[in-house]
Amino acid sequence: MAENIAGNIILNSSMNNHILNHLPYKSSFRFVDNISLLSENEVRGEYTLKQDSFFYEDHFAGNPVTPGVIITEIMAQIGLVVLGIFLILKETDLNFSDDDENLFPLLTSTDVSFFKMVLPGQKVTVVSKKQYFRFGKLKCYVEMLDSEHEVVAKGMFSGIIKNIELKK
Amino acid sequence: MTRQEILSELKTVISPYTTNKEMLAGIDDQTDLIKDLKINSANLVDIIIDAEAKYDIEIDYDSADKMVNVGTCIDVISEKLSEKI
Repeated sequence: MAENIAGNIILNSSMNNHILNHLPYKSSFRFVDNISLLSENEVRGEYTLKQDSFFYEDHFAGNPVTPGVIITEIMAQIGLVVLGIFLILKETDLNFSDDDENLFPLLTSTDVSFFKMVLPGQKVTVVSKKQYFRFGKLKCYVEMLDSEHEVVAKGMFSGIIKNIELKK
Repeated sequence: MTRQEILSELKTVISPYTTNKEMLAGIDDQTDLIKDLKINSANLVDIIIDAEAKYDIEIDYDSADKMVNVGTCIDVISEKLSEKI
């Protein structure tokens, strides 16, 4: 571990990506490839849109464009869920893997503006800055950038992680 | 600061988080933030943070847990204000 100028602990990338094992999303709904920066106040991660993702076939037929709701989901998974899991692990010192089966991240509000289209195969970068993490609620200002570092979308995201006992 | 004064200021704090402005105008101690004012439960955290900034107080986890209706919100705020002096 190294300390950056702000005094935040920056984990190396293999440790960052260890967090990905805790994400509850699988296959077609997992939108994080890599976490390049993770600290108590900020997270940065990347995702490359798959050419054969299920939503391109119908959105739009013959003219595939990434839906805004998927852009929002990518921003939430990297910007809120990855940071949220990191903060909870840090706070509780709890061995997550023993006990994480009933933990689900829930989005409580979003307010996003979209600026550019994202096409199949494009790589996007999400940068999220923590506004606060209190009483179990995480609020972040999140931006998505394309490979030219231009803003694709930006907005405020909030969510909580809840322990839900699902009916078996 | 009297309970009445806190109540009227609380209306301003709560206002951004409820669309039910008619109900907000007539709130009293019994008004439930979630059931009556239909506030998104995650926004209770924002109300607490806004109240902390407004009164320059710190609301801990146990106090926050009590803040379910207008009366208990006023209780916590006046308690924290009196601790300040």
